[in-house]
Amino acid sequence: MSVDNYTQLGAAQIAPGVRAGKTSPAEMIRASFKRAADIGGGPDELNIILHADENASLEEAEQMQARIQSGTDIGVLAGVPVAIKDNIASLGLPTTCGSKILRGYVSPFEATAVARLRANGALIVAKTNMDEFAMGSSTENSAYGPTRNPLDVRCVPGGSSGGSAAAVAAGITPIALGSETGGSVRQPAAFCGVVGVKPSYGRVSRYGLVAFASSLDQIGVLGRTVDDAALGLESIAGFDKLDSTSSDADVPIYRLAALGKPAPEARNPDTEAIRIGRSPVPLPPPPGPTTLEGVVIGKPKEYFPDSLDPDIRRMCDRALDRFRSMGATVREISLPRSPLAIPVYYILAPAEASSNLARFDGVRYGLRVDPGKGLKAMYEATRSEGFGPEVTRRILLGTYVLSAGYYDAYYKKAQAVRTLIADDFRAVFTSGVHAIFTPTTPTTAFPIGAISDPYEMYLNDIFTVTANLAGVPAISVPIGRVRRLPVGGQIITAHFDEYAMFRVAYALEAGLGAEAHQ
Amino acid sequence: MSSGRYEMVVGLEVHVQLKTRTKAFCGCSTDFGAPPNANVCPVCLALPGALPVLNEHAVELAVRAALGLGCRIDPISVFARKNYFYPDLPKGYQISQFDQPLATGGSVFVGQSEKGAELRIGITRLHMEEDAGKSIHDRYPGETAIDLNRAGVPLIEIVSEPDIRTSAGAGAYLRTLKQILQYLDVSDVSMEEGSLRVDANISVRPPGQAKLGTKTEVKNMNSFSAVEKALDSEFARQCALLDSGGMVEQQTLLWDGARETVRPSRTKEGSHDYRYFPEPDLRPLMLDSKWVDHMRKDLPELPAARKTRLATEYGLSVVEVEQLTADPALAEYFEEVARAAGDGKAAYNWVMGEVQVALRTSSEEIGRFRVRPADLAQLIKLVRDGTISHTAAKRVFAQMVATGKPAAQVAADEGLAQVGDEGAIATWVDEVLNEHPGEAARYLAGEKKLQGVLVGFVMKKSKGRADPKRVNQLLSSRGG
Repeated sequence: MSVDNYTQLGAAQIAPGVRAGKTSPAEMIRASFKRAADIGGGPDELNIILHADENASLEEAEQMQARIQSGTDIGVLAGVPVAIKDNIASLGLPTTCGSKILRGYVSPFEATAVARLRANGALIVAKTNMDEFAMGSSTENSAYGPTRNPLDVRCVPGGSSGGSAAAVAAGITPIALGSETGGSVRQPAAFCGVVGVKPSYGRVSRYGLVAFASSLDQIGVLGRTVDDAALGLESIAGFDKLDSTSSDADVPIYRLAALGKPAPEARNPDTEAIRIGRSPVPLPPPPGPTTLEGVVIGKPKEYFPDSLDPDIRRMCDRALDRFRSMGATVREISLPRSPLAIPVYYILAPAEASSNLARFDGVRYGLRVDPGKGLKAMYEATRSEGFGPEVTRRILLGTYVLSAGYYDAYYKKAQAVRTLIADDFRAVFTSGVHAIFTPTTPTTAFPIGAISDPYEMYLNDIFTVTANLAGVPAISVPIGRVRRLPVGGQIITAHFDEYAMFRVAYALEAGLGAEAHQ
Repeated sequence: MSSGRYEMVVGLEVHVQLKTRTKAFCGCSTDFGAPPNANVCPVCLALPGALPVLNEHAVELAVRAALGLGCRIDPISVFARKNYFYPDLPKGYQISQFDQPLATGGSVFVGQSEKGAELRIGITRLHMEEDAGKSIHDRYPGETAIDLNRAGVPLIEIVSEPDIRTSAGAGAYLRTLKQILQYLDVSDVSMEEGSLRVDANISVRPPGQAKLGTKTEVKNMNSFSAVEKALDSEFARQCALLDSGGMVEQQTLLWDGARETVRPSRTKEGSHDYRYFPEPDLRPLMLDSKWVDHMRKDLPELPAARKTRLATEYGLSVVEVEQLTADPALAEYFEEVARAAGDGKAAYNWVMGEVQVALRTSSEEIGRFRVRPADLAQLIKLVRDGTISHTAAKRVFAQMVATGKPAAQVAADEGLAQVGDEGAIATWVDEVLNEHPGEAARYLAGEKKLQGVLVGFVMKKSKGRADPKRVNQLLSSRGG
């Protein structure tokens, strides 16, 4: 392994060398910062990174080097630079959620996901730009300016985890953490031509993820490859006593899904050891072309409407052909309540947001604007000044739908429909379908400033938001390009069946080969 | 008086702090009196990204309280967010329970009506919630200070039915409720320390009218008697208002204890829309019915049951039983003494007499009282079998309190064992007659009522050791 081709290295290539003492963590830090500088990751250019501190990162790398030399095993992510979305609490670097109201705020505690990355040897190098409080689909809603798509700087990278997707696409880090509420990892992954996974609700602890809509929020992983996403996710997944909504279901070794077999029934102590970082990262052999024998892929008609962009449809059809040629059966299915997802989402998510964002009141931390006219005036000035227009819009919307007299008509009804949407998925997955395939987004990345109508922007989430409402895992994988812009294909599986999702994703990635980026 | 034409209708909301070591949703201490903002963490400070985790012990105590109040425990209850802005409410919402509370449908027996019917106050619901912090307005001029030590402390809110008809009834309900919670050992139930707070909903209506009048909510009472006074005051205000052709306005009022009057609250709480919705950070609380049954079996004897039992087992009057059961620890002390001494009446006399005096003098609690029940029982037995006189027993008791020694030892050390010996008593009687020739002459001349005085002199002379029965006999024989 050479650091010269850093931008091509996956986590599974970096970690063994660092673990074995062949490459130093400091080299990885320097390579990451050099790449960020070369490509213009800073505020004046692509504006991917909001906070980074090379000297502090180098210091951390030196300490890691000393531990390696003293014989300590650093873990499966040894020396892997990782970027973190700015709404996930981290020690050392600020956590501002892309908002003015938290400018300069440094969390005194770390998110469980970040702590687990570090425990596995990852080096946190940057906090990435995002739509303010994760509200948006383009990263244009950041108080710190929009992020540009590294593949076409005129275009948005998607959002709200646009900075994390761009960091991976630009080769600054092989892995980045993002967060999802309605598609905020998968949609930017699709726009930037990288892999983005949103695990089942409860799979990853939300402790330290600044809440937008608690019943929908999940931390997700962006990676250049399916393997990076799988390694990243298995490093952070699993029960956390600090998050009552986290699940204690077993976390399989997702990378073994690359072997193209169903999930092992029993837990294997050896593979368990891999996850907790005691064994070298084994590279599973890549899946062969016929490894989806017996797998049924569902193609939901609601996600392939007549109005679907023909180029996107073409890319999806090509991917479905690959599934068939690998032995899978493609079955036409229906998720009849999916068309209701956007209205349901835009009732529930703002409702929870209006409450979650109440803590930003200028009293204990963050921005305070006090005109000296009493408490109410302080609240109004602080929040008017601190929140951008989209956040303000959603707080107002959420406050409205929770108000007396409207609660039953909006919130309660939306919850009922949410249950129906989840029932649709359950029905499909209990009818012999192993995975659902859809386009990730209705369009490719659009130019910065092109969408000004909020509702039009909301429609970007039309294919992704159902997985959040149903709580099921989903991944976006590059499936080709249209006019040089990437297209993402989405694979959705049943609750806590990330293993099957990765199996299909590994196969699709291998089946498409170079076509995934053509 | 105008109020004769109206009936008072009152329902009470009682907030009770549960006796947990840590807060409801984080590991911070619940210690009362810590320096401001010492007991805080990311969760109760509502730092970005922090999440609540439910304290299991708080659930146990809440369930215990609900069972003790005869409530039905719901197998599934749901935490909800009550949204409002206030500087001492860090998250901008309070985690509470709303349409699916922990428990519903209990009642409290508060006594008997004049006709002998049971007086019960219904409990509408009992739910769990967290406390807010404290805003301190008088510490820094022109500024408000916030102490978040209390933020997140576990509470239960006990909502009564509007079954209360008099201020005295409200007081009786509160005292009974407090006693039950004490017996259940779920709270310190101290209004001074804020571990018990009462808000009152009050309306008036002509007697016989079924429809309720417009209610007001009265807050800020710092004692049960303040609750009673506040209700009387607000009742009079509402009656006068209606009599003068006015209407009662639904509002929140604060009791001003110094002026003994209510005044409107600055924040118009009635107009608040709390926008409740289920708390997505916590799963619904599911309680296993077997566990609930186990908790029910585990409940201690409650005041009403104990009163009945003490009255029958030890032959005590209603008043005596009330006194003994006011404090569960006192009742337990009494029972141990009574059982060991085999004499309920004597145990009662001692526990409510000398023991109370000693406790008041040393301001000790019965639980830490030096004279253990077995020792007091021994003293009672010494009196009963005539080893020491009652007068001497009081001195022995004083020594027991002072030294912690057992009764028999004190009696022996002090030479207080009763003297029944004819010769010794005769000597004391002779001496007394000689020393008090006036009284002696009158007594011997037939003034019988002086016998008590003379016995007293003998007892004093003998330092309480003389057996009063024998002294009486002897005097009678002389005077006879």
